[in-house]
Amino acid sequence: MAEPLLQAKGIEVTYGNRRRGGVKVLHGIDLSLDRGETIGIVGESGSGKTTLGRALLRLVDVSAGEIRFAGQDITHLDDGAMRPYRKRMQMIFQDPMASLNPRHTIGQILGDPLRFHGLARSGADADQRIRRMLDRVGLPSIVLGRNPHELSGGQRQRVGIARAALLEPEFVLADEIVSGLDVSTQAQVLNLLKGLCRDLGLAMAFISHDLSVIRAVCDRVTVMRNGRVEEEGACAEVFAAPKSDYTRLLLDAIPLPEVDAGWLKGPEAA
Amino acid sequence: MTTPLVSITGLSAVSLREGGSPILRDVSLTLQRGEVRGLVGESGAGKSTIAKALLGILPRTVKVTAGEIRFEGRDLLTMPERELRAIMGSEIALIPQDPQTALNPGRRIEAQLTDGLRLRRGMNARDARERALQLLEEVHIRDPERVLRAYPHELSGGMRQRVMIAAAFSLEPKLVVADEPTTALDVTVQKQILRLIRGMQEAHGTAVIFVTHDLGVVAKICDSVTLLYGGKVIEQGPTASVLAAPRHAYTRALIAAGPRYDRPDAGLEPVPQSVFDQLQAELAQPFSSEMSHG
Repeated sequence: MAEPLLQAKGIEVTYGNRRRGGVKVLHGIDLSLDRGETIGIVGESGSGKTTLGRALLRLVDVSAGEIRFAGQDITHLDDGAMRPYRKRMQMIFQDPMASLNPRHTIGQILGDPLRFHGLARSGADADQRIRRMLDRVGLPSIVLGRNPHELSGGQRQRVGIARAALLEPEFVLADEIVSGLDVSTQAQVLNLLKGLCRDLGLAMAFISHDLSVIRAVCDRVTVMRNGRVEEEGACAEVFAAPKSDYTRLLLDAIPLPEVDAGWLKGPEAA
Repeated sequence: MTTPLVSITGLSAVSLREGGSPILRDVSLTLQRGEVRGLVGESGAGKSTIAKALLGILPRTVKVTAGEIRFEGRDLLTMPERELRAIMGSEIALIPQDPQTALNPGRRIEAQLTDGLRLRRGMNARDARERALQLLEEVHIRDPERVLRAYPHELSGGMRQRVMIAAAFSLEPKLVVADEPTTALDVTVQKQILRLIRGMQEAHGTAVIFVTHDLGVVAKICDSVTLLYGGKVIEQGPTASVLAAPRHAYTRALIAAGPRYDRPDAGLEPVPQSVFDQLQAELAQPFSSEMSHG
């Protein structure tokens, strides 16, 4: 059997000075993702889901364990050695306003990474790729001359997705990317992301606090709590018959849009 | 027939910052005593503007151009400042979205919970402290003595929201305006807070205006719902009726747009452009095109 695209084995992350103890926020996480597969990482605040995402991309250092990407151990690569992997592993951030340079035009924001990674053969080639991608994410080419603050939240998130997808990565990490969006915009952005993953064969780790969103987007799900994996499996199985009481608790706490007088009186959440 | 607790009639407002563009268009709604009403809509729908108008805290950049807001028959919009101040906090109270910014970071919880009881209910310090302890117990805070001594930053987000609920109900108001009070909370904490607000509301017979963007939250806590778009009432009525048999295409589309963990094949349907076109046409009409239930 082929090796997974991305694999984490027993990774631990400790914040603060390790010699003075520090605070361990991940306690030995295993995770494995095949090419083209999407995995949801869900948890409440403090569960470690964001730290796990950052560790997978080597944006924070792990204090134990191993991270492998496309068959290579990347756990301890320095910045220079990581550089070729940076293009292949992209990230879409929670708050596009904070992650897009406010002084740059959308044209620069999309074009700079293409040039940095040497992907476009010429200016005309870059331009053509950008316009094709804008079309793909449903943005008019007029946004190229605009600054991020001139766009709506949904448009900015499309720019974030376009910027990641332009580099033709094999893996993308999306961290709470729809949590600030209206439900109608959220549906559009999620459908776009699903379509891109399918068409480009992209593998994705999709971090969210919202199990309904994960069910709609992901093949598999990892439920985290206090820096540990509480439950892991195919969405179809975990959602139909959760093995962990904590997963059950999270599901029961989601208010579905149906009147149900018993819901508020149901089991007390932890 | 008894007078409703709140009756908003033909309320229209414009934003002076955005060149006088309308932000409320001919909004009418009535709220009975003890009723929990959801004000729901996407950003820019006008739900927060209505909440602010009810609390008498509309920003200077918003100008009311028509209509009235009657609270127990008295128009809040034309009332002398003095009378308005007597009502706010006392008869109409707020549960804010972010207790972090609503609480004074430099004062202990005790001072913040007892101010109103002493200054507006004339209690002495000892009685006010006693009442504050009761209130904290009522919102299921296990160690109320410790919380009274704490500063806001020493409490978790869920705990701070419980304190805000205790504060909102402390003066026995007739109306509580809850402005997206669970948006920043984890789902398990959200459920506890919803249960608490509903429990307090039932125990005290308080009416609640619950501002939210989440139809799921509306379904679980609201007796009735008013759905807004672009400052206009799109549909309103009993929650069960509006959610189970929505009459406006936009209401149906919003329900279909939300993903559901129990129905992986449903949900995520973008609101069709035809629905937005219909909404724009309705916004352009001067009269109400509201779908009302029963």
